[in-house]
Amino acid sequence: HEEKLNFKKSKEVCLSYIQDAMLQKQWKRAAEFFTSYVESLEKDFSREYVSPSEIIWRVGSEILCHHSHGSVKEFNSFIEQMKTLGIRRYLKVCLEHAFHLLCNGLIDEAYQNLSLAESWRFGEQTVIQDKEMKLIQAYRGLLDYYNWSKQKNILLEHGQDGFDDLSVEHEMHSCFRKAAVSLKEIIKVPGVWDLFVKCYVDLLEFYGDHNEARQVLNEYAYNSKFPANPNAHVYLYEFLKRHGESKKSLISALKILHDIVPSHELMIDFNTMLQKSKKRKKRQLGLEVIFAALDYAGWKENVKAWNCLARQMKQIVISEKHLDWIKQEWNSRKDWWPAFHFSRYLAKRNWQKNESLSYEKALVAGILLGKECKYFKYVSHQGCKAQMKRFRVLKKFMNKHSLVYLRISG
Amino acid sequence: RDFNERCAQCSDVNWGLTDGGRFYCRSCHNVTERTREVVNTDFISNTRIQTISKGLRKQKKNDSSCEWYVCEGFQLILKKQAEALEALGVCPQMKDEVLCNFWRCYLQKSQQAYCNRPAAETVKALSVCDSSTDGDSEPERPSLLHLLSLSESEGDLQTDCSFASSTSKVSESTSAYSGSVDGSLYLMKNQKETLRMTMPMTLSFCYMALLWLREPMTLSDLLRFVVEGHIPYLNVFQHFPEKMKLCGLDLKIFCVESWPVYEEVYNKMLELAAFLDLPRFPDITDSCFLHPDMLCMKYLMEANLPDELHTWTCRVVKKICIGEADFLTLVPGNKSTRKVKYDVLAAAVIVVVLKILFLLDDHYEWLLSDFAEERNKNNKEGGPYFEFKKWYTVVKCSLDVEQKKLDEERAKYLWRCEKPLFYSAKKKSKVLKRRQMVVNLQNQFGKLSGSVRPAEKPNPSSFQLSWSEENTDGSCFHGHSLKGILQEKCGLLTALNSDYWLCTVKLCTEKLCGHLAHYREVDFPQTYHFVLRLFSFLLRIQPSYIHDEVCVVEHKLFNKKLCKKPKCNTVLRK
Repeated sequence: HEEKLNFKKSKEVCLSYIQDAMLQKQWKRAAEFFTSYVESLEKDFSREYVSPSEIIWRVGSEILCHHSHGSVKEFNSFIEQMKTLGIRRYLKVCLEHAFHLLCNGLIDEAYQNLSLAESWRFGEQTVIQDKEMKLIQAYRGLLDYYNWSKQKNILLEHGQDGFDDLSVEHEMHSCFRKAAVSLKEIIKVPGVWDLFVKCYVDLLEFYGDHNEARQVLNEYAYNSKFPANPNAHVYLYEFLKRHGESKKSLISALKILHDIVPSHELMIDFNTMLQKSKKRKKRQLGLEVIFAALDYAGWKENVKAWNCLARQMKQIVISEKHLDWIKQEWNSRKDWWPAFHFSRYLAKRNWQKNESLSYEKALVAGILLGKECKYFKYVSHQGCKAQMKRFRVLKKFMNKHSLVYLRISG
Repeated sequence: RDFNERCAQCSDVNWGLTDGGRFYCRSCHNVTERTREVVNTDFISNTRIQTISKGLRKQKKNDSSCEWYVCEGFQLILKKQAEALEALGVCPQMKDEVLCNFWRCYLQKSQQAYCNRPAAETVKALSVCDSSTDGDSEPERPSLLHLLSLSESEGDLQTDCSFASSTSKVSESTSAYSGSVDGSLYLMKNQKETLRMTMPMTLSFCYMALLWLREPMTLSDLLRFVVEGHIPYLNVFQHFPEKMKLCGLDLKIFCVESWPVYEEVYNKMLELAAFLDLPRFPDITDSCFLHPDMLCMKYLMEANLPDELHTWTCRVVKKICIGEADFLTLVPGNKSTRKVKYDVLAAAVIVVVLKILFLLDDHYEWLLSDFAEERNKNNKEGGPYFEFKKWYTVVKCSLDVEQKKLDEERAKYLWRCEKPLFYSAKKKSKVLKRRQMVVNLQNQFGKLSGSVRPAEKPNPSSFQLSWSEENTDGSCFHGHSLKGILQEKCGLLTALNSDYWLCTVKLCTEKLCGHLAHYREVDFPQTYHFVLRLFSFLLRIQPSYIHDEVCVVEHKLFNKKLCKKPKCNTVLRK
């Protein structure tokens, strides 16, 4: 085994010191070793997997970002040097530089950088770095949208005051055009482009191009080439809702969302719509949806959700139809829901914190577990003691349907 | 040239040249009046004497560069190194006489100068004949790719093919591209015939001269001074005069990408001594610095061990006869005797003594320490008894600190210099731009790191660890007594410990695997490893080197017992 300390090994060791220092947030120390590491630029490690120039760009950026004396000006001058280092990485560096400027609130500078990068041409590299170029255009488009939005607000204000500002309007339209073109381009590429989609749709809606907007959202949500994205469905749903679409289309928009993210907050809306539906299948789905949502810990204390469930279950119990729906849902949950939702501890806690919550839950518990169950007993007792009318009503109701739970769990 | 007269004084035919260009007899140092024609090139102060057949040096049209030969470059380097050594306290004789003569002898033997047909002549032939078509008598034109792929021990320079492709166009008509006249030819030389000069070899030359003069500097000291920057090595080409342009293949010769390794420099030195047909070196006697008794004393001090251990090391040295001048003195060319690495040997002797006294099996030494501690309580007169535990704690602490410092220094080391080298004029602008960027980045981040880079190198010192008896915290163990761990038997003080374990039962054959033993940390006690680590730090070599030497010393010491073929285990009773 040789410990021939050569240039390459020396720089490897140096890099490991830098990494250690960075992990421990010792930026001064990292800078110290980094000063020595930059020498590796002078030797061409063209055979290495990751060239020193990339390491230097990334490590140097990190150090400058976190070091207390690292100013934006310093960062800028550093990045400009990095841009000249590796032509194959030029656009990537430009893009990340723009991000950094945006994070520091320097929107105009970021815009200038992106525009400059957009106009860059370098033989076949331009073709190779096509993806980065698209991103640069997209973000530039995003900033155009931002400008458009600013102009729009100015116009609205002036409009209220009665002023008619043609130049602002003109500017606004030109921003719109620039933004629309770029945003449309990036959305074509399969990927997750939430922000771009939202902005683009916003633009289209403002100018009244609802068809295009709908098409874009449909594409974004349903094109299988795009990765599964719950937000796509949310955006589509909200759009349809805004334009007063039929319940049928709203429901179909949320269906996939339920499949992907059963715990999504829109599940309440979904259930509400489904409950009111005339179709049996839809109502059953509604029950499914609300049960599924309440499986998640984040929903445990959500009064609205419990209210939905309680309402639907009560309705089923009273009508004496479709108890099997509840049975089906309860089958997979009866082993763990009691401890999860209906323990005596929770009964006490819910009663103390939020009696509406405990009311709804008690109703559900009563139906599912019977009036002798811990939860119901405690809450109804407390409620009656406090002489609250609805608890008395609840008690009566449960007395009437006291054997329902047997049918459900049997 | 062909001076065959017998010397007037000693009738020997063994001539060398003085600075003034006169012949002198190497055997009796009688200087004659006969001189040679000198064609003075006058750009190196240590004038390089050329043979007339070489012809006058061609000055290029622009005065900014001129022709130079590779050996001239090395000559400059050696001169710089010798000057640095002189500044460190080495006697001036080394530079003016010893090293100089070694070098001249080398030049002569390798036919680069002082002889009929210096090898460099063929370079002229090469460039002249480029238009001719016959290939019989012409030496083969060096293929550039072939030259670039020649692997050298120090040439880690990874030249990627882009260099080759860019310069190949230039080299079509003339010899392969280099700033020096004979760069390409130089690399083509067969290593076995002529000992080709390399950068690590400059250190071999230095060491050889130091050894000849028996200067108080071991090879590990020398190499440490090189790394610390007191002796020019890394970017020494910076000191070449402006007119000597380095580019192309010169980089492969003069650029250093790694620190010299002890073994490499040492072995090359032996090769060199043999190649130069040097006689037996001046004797290493017991008053020399390099004698084991002296070096042991030094290392004992540095390792913060009691002075009393010195008696023990002397005993071991005497017992295995490694203190004899015949054993210690270098006789070049004599393949039968194993060559002595003075520093490693001294360290090994100390390790063996520690094993004798403390066993170092991760068990006994601590027991013994407790025992000494007990005895220390009743110890009223004289100095305190030496307690291994205390020593270990103190030394380990310091060692860890110093080792950490050293590791960080190595990581932060700056390899490049202000005058960057480049392969060709085409690459020049790129290299300079890079250099500029690196300097900018260093300035920018240097400010962020807070501390200003200390411009001065640490003062060169022979001792790396020092312990002062004046410290009242009891961290210096020099004056401690070994009585705590010795017993009296028949009026003599002997070790309490009567066992010993051998590092290895059988020594490997060096020729087969290059080592006498194979050290793996996990196979040996931790205390033993610690001791090795300590000396490894002091000498800046791998622990395994010291371990090898320890094995040799042990085998010498317990030779008789070993020959008796012990039954199974390697624990011996002394």
